[in-house]
Amino acid sequence: MTDKLPILSIESLRRDFKMGDQVVHALRGVSFDIYPGEFVTIMGTSGSGKSTMLNILGCMDKPTAGHYILDGEHTEKLSRDSLARIRGQKIGFVFQNYNLLSRTTAIENVELPLLYNSKVSSAERRRRALTALEMVGLADRMNHLPSQLSGGQQQRVAIARALVNDPVIILADEATGNLDTRTSYEIMMIFQELHRQGKTIAFVTHEPDIATFSERTITLRDGLLKKDEAHEMQDAKAAFDALPPPETYD
Amino acid sequence: MSPITLIKISLCALLRNRMRTFLSVLGIVIGVAAVITMVAMGEGSRQSIKEQMTSMGTNAIIVMPNWNRRGGVQAESSEMLEEKDVIAIRENATYINGVSPMITVSGQAIVGNNNSPTTLSGISADYLKIRNYEIEDGVMFDDAADRMAKVCVIGQTVVQNLFAGENPIGKTIRYKSIPLKVIGTLKSKGSGDFGQDNDDVIFTPYQTVMRRFSATTNIRQIYANSIGEGYAEKATEEIMNILKERRNWTKPTDPFRVFTQEEMIEMVTSTSDMLALVLTVIAGISLFVGGIGIMNIMYVSVTERTKEIGLRMAIGARGRDILMQFLFESVTISLMGGLIGIILGVAASQIVKTVMGWPMIVSFTSVVISFAVCFATGVFFGWYPARKASRLDPIEALRYE
Repeated sequence: MTDKLPILSIESLRRDFKMGDQVVHALRGVSFDIYPGEFVTIMGTSGSGKSTMLNILGCMDKPTAGHYILDGEHTEKLSRDSLARIRGQKIGFVFQNYNLLSRTTAIENVELPLLYNSKVSSAERRRRALTALEMVGLADRMNHLPSQLSGGQQQRVAIARALVNDPVIILADEATGNLDTRTSYEIMMIFQELHRQGKTIAFVTHEPDIATFSERTITLRDGLLKKDEAHEMQDAKAAFDALPPPETYD
Repeated sequence: MSPITLIKISLCALLRNRMRTFLSVLGIVIGVAAVITMVAMGEGSRQSIKEQMTSMGTNAIIVMPNWNRRGGVQAESSEMLEEKDVIAIRENATYINGVSPMITVSGQAIVGNNNSPTTLSGISADYLKIRNYEIEDGVMFDDAADRMAKVCVIGQTVVQNLFAGENPIGKTIRYKSIPLKVIGTLKSKGSGDFGQDNDDVIFTPYQTVMRRFSATTNIRQIYANSIGEGYAEKATEEIMNILKERRNWTKPTDPFRVFTQEEMIEMVTSTSDMLALVLTVIAGISLFVGGIGIMNIMYVSVTERTKEIGLRMAIGARGRDILMQFLFESVTISLMGGLIGIILGVAASQIVKTVMGWPMIVSFTSVVISFAVCFATGVFFGWYPARKASRLDPIEALRYE
């Protein structure tokens, strides 16, 4: 793994927030690298700085100090517009609450990131969106509205949306947080499948259970890196099969 | 982002809130419809006044006594026009094509049981060409041969009123008990839009009026026409000089007032220019109020869709893209309002025209300007909410509930 260049590299990352007179140090100097094809979980309890970390990794926020290099670009120097371009072309976001546009069909939701890329024609957009929906197994629901889809299906549409621009990294923010165990495992199966296809994934969660489905876990506490360890990846499919059948829940 | 996509997005957003969109454009719709209708009304009356003026004749000049008025009361009578003035102008003026006095008498023309409340105009033969009248049937009287003769030439309205389809030539009209023989009829000139009827005329030699009807040597007005379009000024000057010379006039004020047709048109149309200005101001106010409605709805829309804005930004939308999206939306709203307003305005103009018979002219310019103003309103009032949207912090916006 070390023979490759990191796709994402952060160094002594600091982020301070001014709250009135007080300065809150959300991140106090964190460094790590993520390599192409890795499936990493970023763990931490609330207040550990993992949300701040995710916002910076997602180029929605800039560090107070330190460096963040994504795919060879020093993001801390970039303008608002350049950051928007990076978000649109190099990052795929998956949110806890899906964030699909209501009253907009599944396929249109998936097409959304490509709308902001003038190089992609509308035919190309449709084709790529369809491919992405196929990857998450929802091609037959392309004309459904989010309200006509289950939570798991909505999250799969959101994953398709994150895939459609072929990002260098997929950032998932508590992507299973709103889902029951079965559906969570289904979603993790999709992430593992994407991992097998060589996608780089950073998965933010506070559930240790979910972290076991990745191959490396970075743990943050109080704005500092507490632990960074590679581990065995548990197979989500096996875990899913091991669950009791859904009837017994009632 | 391509414009087509932008239009699609904004139309979708607007269609989602049909009722709200409708209510917010209502101000613009009413404003534009009112403007179109008002301008059509103004333009219609302006045109018909102009037509009326033009129907006076070509290159017409009118000479009138210069009444000295103080506070609206006639203080002293000024110099009066006389027959000799007409003769002097006819003989001496070089820029004048024709000249005719005009003396009128009001009364009823009677034939058997029919009557017509038509003004009797005493004129000379030149009057026909000054006012562009043409003989349809019979002949025009001759200034020399028919001096003081009890003859007349009548317009088509009078023919209708008095003779109801019969041939009037050779028949006699009684006007203030004096019989006048009809020797000719005039071709129809049609009526102006304000009720004045160019065919409701009885012409008789001015001498006849002076001697038989009003027993006066004074002439109220002299009509003349200049030899061509560019000569109105010279002709006016010349007439004034002839009139002054005859009287050895030395006072600084002019004894008479001489109007050219252009001056009269200008005088009348300056009123409608004023009207147009007032209408424009009203239009501006109504569109401003409509614009505030749009601004308000755009603010609501931006707040309501904060999360959507956050998401769009998270997946690559730049501030500019968001700005354009909301700007497009507000412009779409106001253009839609403008379009509906234009349609309603044109329809209202047609209704007023057919139901009330008013002259209405929907000018293409007013439609184009309305549309342009709507566009500007959309941009102006959409700008601030759109900029607010474009400056949202994606993290905050995504967290917004």
